[in-house]
Amino acid sequence: MFGKLTLDAIPFHEPIIMVTAMVIAIVGVGVVGALTYFKKWKYLWTEWLTSVDHKKLGIMYFLVSLVMLIRGFADAIMMRTQQAMAAGGAEGYLPPHHYDQIFTAHGVIMIFFVAMPMVIGLMNLVVPLQIGARDVAFPFMNNLSFWLFVAGVVLVNISLVVGEFATTGWLAYAPLSGKEFSPGVGVDYWIWALQISGIGTTLTGINFFVTIMKMRTKGMTLFRMPIFTWTSLCANVLIIASFPVLTATIALLTLDRYLGMHFFTTDFGGNIMMYVNLIWVWGHPEVYILILPAFGVFSEVIATFARKRLFGYGTMVWATVAITVLSFIVWLHHFFTMGAGANVNAFFGIMTMIIAIPTGVKVFNWLFTMYRGRIEFTSPVLWTIGFIITFTLGGMTGVMLAVPAANFVLHNTLFVIAHFHNVIIGGVVFGMLAGLTYWFPKAFGFTLDEKWGKRSFWCWLVGFYMAFMPLYVLSFFGAARRMNTYENTEWQPLMIVAWVGAVIILMGILCTVIQFAVSIRDRKKNADVTGDPWGGRTLEWSTSSPAPFYNFAHLPDVSDIDAYWDDKQKNGGKAPLSKPPYQDIHMPKDTWEGPVMGAISIVFGFALIWHIWWLAIVSALGMFAVFMARIFRTDVDYYVPAAEVERIEREHQKRVEMQA
Amino acid sequence: MRRKSYLRMLGLVLMLALPLVLAGCSSALLDPKGEIGQEQRTLILTAFGLMQIVVVPVIVLTLVFAWRYRRGNKDATYAPDWSHSTVIEAIVWFIPCVIIVFLAVLTWYTSHSLDPHKPLEAKEGQNEPMEIQAVSLDWKWLFIYPEQGIATVNELAFPEDTPVRFRVSSGSVMNSFFIPRLGSQIYAMAGMDNDVHLIANEQGVYNGRSSNYSGPGFSGMTFKAHVGSVEDFDAWVAKVKESSDTLTYPDEYYALAAPTEHNEIQYFSQVSPGLYESIVKSFLNGNEAHAAHMAEQEGNRHLFGHGGKAHDASEVDESHEAVESEDVTDSHQAPESRDEPMSAEAAE
Repeated sequence: MFGKLTLDAIPFHEPIIMVTAMVIAIVGVGVVGALTYFKKWKYLWTEWLTSVDHKKLGIMYFLVSLVMLIRGFADAIMMRTQQAMAAGGAEGYLPPHHYDQIFTAHGVIMIFFVAMPMVIGLMNLVVPLQIGARDVAFPFMNNLSFWLFVAGVVLVNISLVVGEFATTGWLAYAPLSGKEFSPGVGVDYWIWALQISGIGTTLTGINFFVTIMKMRTKGMTLFRMPIFTWTSLCANVLIIASFPVLTATIALLTLDRYLGMHFFTTDFGGNIMMYVNLIWVWGHPEVYILILPAFGVFSEVIATFARKRLFGYGTMVWATVAITVLSFIVWLHHFFTMGAGANVNAFFGIMTMIIAIPTGVKVFNWLFTMYRGRIEFTSPVLWTIGFIITFTLGGMTGVMLAVPAANFVLHNTLFVIAHFHNVIIGGVVFGMLAGLTYWFPKAFGFTLDEKWGKRSFWCWLVGFYMAFMPLYVLSFFGAARRMNTYENTEWQPLMIVAWVGAVIILMGILCTVIQFAVSIRDRKKNADVTGDPWGGRTLEWSTSSPAPFYNFAHLPDVSDIDAYWDDKQKNGGKAPLSKPPYQDIHMPKDTWEGPVMGAISIVFGFALIWHIWWLAIVSALGMFAVFMARIFRTDVDYYVPAAEVERIEREHQKRVEMQA
Repeated sequence: MRRKSYLRMLGLVLMLALPLVLAGCSSALLDPKGEIGQEQRTLILTAFGLMQIVVVPVIVLTLVFAWRYRRGNKDATYAPDWSHSTVIEAIVWFIPCVIIVFLAVLTWYTSHSLDPHKPLEAKEGQNEPMEIQAVSLDWKWLFIYPEQGIATVNELAFPEDTPVRFRVSSGSVMNSFFIPRLGSQIYAMAGMDNDVHLIANEQGVYNGRSSNYSGPGFSGMTFKAHVGSVEDFDAWVAKVKESSDTLTYPDEYYALAAPTEHNEIQYFSQVSPGLYESIVKSFLNGNEAHAAHMAEQEGNRHLFGHGGKAHDASEVDESHEAVESEDVTDSHQAPESRDEPMSAEAAE
């Protein structure tokens, strides 16, 4: 009846997990209680969960990713604590089985359920506004993508209390992830969480690719698109090209585990290195899916706050495209130590280095955007400057790793850990936090508190250097990654320094939490009445904050790269306001099918993880039925009457006039 | 090898300038004890130094520009529409290109000169090359000395100034064979016969380990490499040969292959001829003996991997029912109980 699932699956003997579960349960009950008490269920369902509004979906992506950031960070600090303790025969406080789950979960959560949704959330919030569109190309699919992603999140979190998570490392290298060496349900949780959310990501990639290609407003040629949209376009091309590889690879691993096939086993003709190759064919483009939109954010931020055109727009675009193409021919640099021939290694090493050229060009372009500008040191600018310096160092260590002969002594050591946190924290996290601060008013109608934003920045910056510079040094002493314990007590002081760094990063996260609280409290004072709080250059700032659900009363007409800046210049430096006559606006209707399919996919994944076959079949049929219901539904759109548009626009204009 | 001596000179100069040197002589990678490691150190420092040509100006310019063109500084030029300069664009493409061309040449050259598969010639005054076979097991290293006909677990010894060809494979999941002080690591993969050539030019005891995560016992997959004179090595071989334990294939080997954590050092005075080749080949066809032993191993691994939760027998794959010979169960005993752990002082 319940497959492999028994009461033994709940780890009652692990106090850390039980306490965590209790806290989650209490918070959960609190949230449900509050929703019921304030009668907000209907509001939540109609305004948020079923919404196809890209801006609301963007906000929900960000919200989930911030919650998961806390979960992922809890894993991080537990690892740092373990390594700070477990020197010279000391065992620390985490047994290998628990520690191995933690570093696996940390990687999976931070990449798939923090960084990815932040990037996708930001694309949702910003891209349609930047290209002057009213929504994405496939609004229902956008909602479904979000719910499939949430299904992955839920499955990963269920693994905390029901069963176990994988103990294989975040990429679940075969044969360790095969049935022979990982007979438990941990890898199955990994499989189905990534498989379900990965399909959501593929759909997002298709959705945004089509949106950017087909839904740009009048006059917005490809080479007038804002840089963030360009980087998003490239990231979505990468998603479309690489995520199916992930899906296929995991599907083959699934066949090995569920049907006893031998794609990636050590025997019967299986090839473990095929798995490693395939997973990195996806894995390397994946890091560019994360970093390219971050590059886009920095480009927007630096031009806006330097009050200056972005230097070298064309170069920036071609550099982005070059990185996109090159990212597919470097994957082998993740395993030079496989022992491929010298020619193969040299080829992949050199290809990797070539990526440093367009990346370096981008850095110089940001520098020359600052040159002869008038830079205002807001917190997004601080994140940007912190990024340029930190990412340059991370790029440098990346090139060191790309030299195969040097890689042979640096691979699998803490050098690799330090390097990719250097580029992911210094690049993606800084970028997403800069983007969050920058576009927050567009989503909510008020700006974030600057004082706490800057505090958060300094904590992250100092914390990052304290946490990861010691790891670079330790790698030169031969410290391997993923060690639960180590003999050499000389390493311990540096491990403790790294732990202190992690605590400082924790303070950075707390500053962000406080920043939200303070900003919500002061929302009247920090209200963004005009919709253009920073003196923006691109179209998203031409509409009110928060943007109306239809985005633009009239679709804008574009004749310059910095379209809104151009409009303001032509209007004597003042922001042009929308004028009547207004027209009816065609909009998509909300959808109950997205959240329902997402919910059923959780059941589906759970049933497969625990081998509850009847439930898997029932839930698969359920998903199919809901999908059919959606396909045959004709009532999917409506018109916003011109009078309604006029009323909303008038209200906004009245507020602007009152402030003036 | 004129090229190498040039590199070494450059490395030496760079070393003096580098803060990394602060990590000093106890650092495995900055104070290597073998030629391969030394060349890799030089390479790392060269690449590091070359990139400073870009990294330092970028960091300095970032801070200088940010400060000079701050909003409050009305003295600085403000050019809001200036967004293109062919000269600057040409320079910012050109400089990274030049550096990468230089690094690419270096990469091509060193990928070949430091190819782990490339045999090391014995230079003048050095001993003839030797071969040692390393097999990663759950979670320990088996070292087989085919020329001496002996084997050890978690202890390695060889003479200084002797090029050593390590043939590396795995009896289980993937690991990586790594002695940081000597240089290159290489993956140990089941059914695959990998190799890495290393040499130690100084006597000493060097730490080695698996650097590729392989499961719950991974942290304990460490070993010491004892490098002494030829006499020291001969004495060590003699000591190993005194052991009463032998390692025959398949029985004793599969007993040893059963998962253990923080395994003691073990010596085997005799091994089956072609043991290493047998282990590599055992994966090729998925033969029945291998499958049977893997069934046993899976049970054990499950015990280790899951905090002592009992292994569910029903999970064992059907193919494992082919367990045919009694000796499988005979040999299935904990290795610790079979061995008096021997001390590691010997080769020092």
